[in-house]
Amino acid sequence: MTDTSERFAYVPEDAATGARAGEKTLLRFLTCGSVDDGKSTLIGRLLYDTQLIHDDQLAALERDSRKHGTTGDELDLALLVDGLQAEREQGITIDVAYRFFATPRRAFIVADTPGHEQYTRNMATGASNAQAAVILIDARKGVLTQTRRHSFICALLGIRHVVLAINKIDLVEYSGERFHHIVAEYLGFAAALKFASIASIPLSARYGDNVVRRSECMSWYEGPTLIEQLETLDVSEGLDEKPLRFPVQWVNRPNADFRGFAGTVASGIVRPGDPVVVAVSGRETRVERIVTADGDLAEAHAGDAVTLTLSDEVDIARGDLLAHAQARPEVVDQFAAQVLWMLEEPMLPGRSYLLRIGTRYVPARITSLKHKVDVNTLEHIAAKTLGLNEIGVCNLATTSPVALDAYADNRATGAFVLIDRFTHATAAAGMISFGLRRATNIHRQALLVDKAARMRLNGHRPAILWFTGLSGSGKSTVANIVERELHAHGAHTYMLDGDNVRHGLNRDLGFTDADRVENIRRVGEVAKLFVDAGAIVLCSFISPFRAERRMVRELVESGEFIEIFCDTPLDECRRRDPKGLYARALAGKIRNFTGIDSPYEPPENPELVLTPGPLGPEEGARQVLEALRARHIIV
Amino acid sequence: MDDISARERDPHHRRARLSAHLRRLESESIGIIREVAAEFRNPVMLYSIGKDSGVMLHLALKAFYPGKLPFPLLHIDTTWKFREMIRFRDEIAARHGLKLLVYTNAEGVARGINPISSGSQLHTQVMKTEALKQALDRWQFDAAFGGARRDEEQSRAKERVFSFRSPGHVWDPRNQRPELWNLYNTRINPGETIRVFPLSNWTELDVWEYTRAEQIPVVPLYFAAPRPVIERDGQLIMRDDERMPLKPGEQTQVRSVRFRSLGCYPLTAAQESDATTIEQIIAEMLRMRTSERSGRLIDNDEAASMEKKKRDGYF
Repeated sequence: MTDTSERFAYVPEDAATGARAGEKTLLRFLTCGSVDDGKSTLIGRLLYDTQLIHDDQLAALERDSRKHGTTGDELDLALLVDGLQAEREQGITIDVAYRFFATPRRAFIVADTPGHEQYTRNMATGASNAQAAVILIDARKGVLTQTRRHSFICALLGIRHVVLAINKIDLVEYSGERFHHIVAEYLGFAAALKFASIASIPLSARYGDNVVRRSECMSWYEGPTLIEQLETLDVSEGLDEKPLRFPVQWVNRPNADFRGFAGTVASGIVRPGDPVVVAVSGRETRVERIVTADGDLAEAHAGDAVTLTLSDEVDIARGDLLAHAQARPEVVDQFAAQVLWMLEEPMLPGRSYLLRIGTRYVPARITSLKHKVDVNTLEHIAAKTLGLNEIGVCNLATTSPVALDAYADNRATGAFVLIDRFTHATAAAGMISFGLRRATNIHRQALLVDKAARMRLNGHRPAILWFTGLSGSGKSTVANIVERELHAHGAHTYMLDGDNVRHGLNRDLGFTDADRVENIRRVGEVAKLFVDAGAIVLCSFISPFRAERRMVRELVESGEFIEIFCDTPLDECRRRDPKGLYARALAGKIRNFTGIDSPYEPPENPELVLTPGPLGPEEGARQVLEALRARHIIV
Repeated sequence: MDDISARERDPHHRRARLSAHLRRLESESIGIIREVAAEFRNPVMLYSIGKDSGVMLHLALKAFYPGKLPFPLLHIDTTWKFREMIRFRDEIAARHGLKLLVYTNAEGVARGINPISSGSQLHTQVMKTEALKQALDRWQFDAAFGGARRDEEQSRAKERVFSFRSPGHVWDPRNQRPELWNLYNTRINPGETIRVFPLSNWTELDVWEYTRAEQIPVVPLYFAAPRPVIERDGQLIMRDDERMPLKPGEQTQVRSVRFRSLGCYPLTAAQESDATTIEQIIAEMLRMRTSERSGRLIDNDEAASMEKKKRDGYF
């Protein structure tokens, strides 16, 4: 199939020469295209022609080609790379596979990613660590919707170099005219994506033309082969020239005499004596030593895993970002970002997620979704939620300030992921566009009368009594009795329930999941103000989702949120049906009714569980008051 | 191999010995290892005694310098490892003052499970996979490092660096977390665990070149020497002790052999070789047209063999 003389001979690394200029470097690239474009075949061809396929793998390949192959009697090189059983059987690539090959000049890590729209997240995963992308186009079909989608995702994830591989050129009679036509069309569309370089190569992965071996069928093409292009592509991102960013990963304290901050330089160069700041706190100090197991270094560059010691005893922990004092990152608690949603369950604005940026985890929520982007047409579409594989432009808010840069300026400090707080599944990937509000600019009005002062005057502590449970579970009934008793004891109280907020504050909200989340968020903020005013706020809401209840809990101080679960079985609630709602829901007249066609997530650790008993709601109220006394909220 | 001269200790000299490519791999792996120490309650490093474990341990020692390794090593002893491997293991642990846990599935031993009469599949299932799960449960480890590389085998090519296991150590290849940038999702619920592969992006060649440059000790079985072997089903098996009975007509012969990968001795085929240095091993590897795991008899058990074993909990 391929003359072995075309293959690479191994050149061992020669340390003695110390020839840095000629040393072997690493290139990470991804391939995009669907199976029909011959993507897996192209990677199989690269592995085969760079001699990475061994005899036993070849034997397995011959066996598999007969069983699953699509190339008749010839070897189906795609089978080399479609690893998981289901993929081999279905003939599609559904996950990111990493492939390795090397030439004397470069080692390559290929992220082989699926091309279908339903695997956008897999492609983004591959792109997140890639320095270049090989975008495949079937020469017969030309630029397709998917070509645009792949290019957009590459640009979104910050890939700057594209190799346009116009494959199956053998099937268009090696036509230069066809090739130039496709290239012109692509360049016209890609101009808006602002790639730093685009190289176009006509090739045949199946027969190996212009992959590793120069084709003899295309005398009109004088550019590099694919491997030549990949070997010589300059992908340096100038990371060393960017301002120093050093996310502290781990504090190394083996004994009382050593306190080092271990991490990997994200950008810039660090040297002993450099002035650095802890980005969020603004504390300044200097780098003392750069410690490694191989001895101290005179400087460390982007990508180097080192341990820094500092001249002053500064309070620094994992999650802090060290930066050069003269070139600091933004410190904000609100920012705008492009978000790619990766869960089946849709994104809900207002819900609290765990945000990971650098080495830091911080609770965050998406405060608004401005629009989503159609990945095929790049059109902006108004939307309330994001579904799996959808990309949106959002504002986010974190519970405390974070240090960050725009993703376009720095991939390491401008990227984040969102994590579901209950399942811990990775929910989204985000690329920061810009900070919205400088946390350092928020000067809260200094208050002469504070919460503690009000508490002394009131003679009781403030709290949120959060009644949750199904419709008809007795939340409001019990809450009303509790409020009556508290009032009789001289406590300052206020009742928030669906009726008094849905008619005013939240009249613009409906009953979709997204609106339910926003409803609870607003109620939580109002309740917080009442707590600050020293009141005991009784909130009576179905509040079906754990995440929202947790969000409210985190708004106030620990001990101020009392979750009371009215655990009345659904059958009993339906039997009571005080407002006739169940009957209407079951008749299909009300949609998204909790317990009927919308879920209720019971609390995992409520402060109090009330179950229906023979003594009725008075007994429930008695238990609530007892719990308040036990917690010293009232005496 | 043990003493590092003053010249070798000079950081500039040592750094110069590693290519940009190897330095990048080294830093990436150190970052992954530190991440686990920072985020998990009770991590452990699986130590299989082979060359990949050697590199992984070396990287971990570097990651926490000047501190000590903040987690123990765990070796799953099937009782059928080469004796030289066990000697080497104990020597390495003693030299670095490491906490080494050794676990054997006692129930499997009591049932008389062995690679010869039980067959390779059952032996591997009980003495390796089950044993590993038992050990992880016994010590309540929430993260376990393994030395697996993505270039080893097809189903490993899709493995995450942080590979999620649901309660019961179940690996569901369809339900793995997307891994973007180096923002690993380290959060788990009780009962769930993570397997971490710091060498994911290394190739066999990288491992040897790094081993050579960093002068990491390896089990002598990797180097060619005259050893007693028998030929069985076209493979050369070294009879490491008397437990392995000879079949009629089989004769022990002394040949110059070495091992490309190390496992249970009756399940690990040797190859004829004269390579006695790492340089020669690298040269031989590049000349040879068989892949690294071809000497591992367990991979050939059935189609998609590794994927199946991994779903069961094999490393």
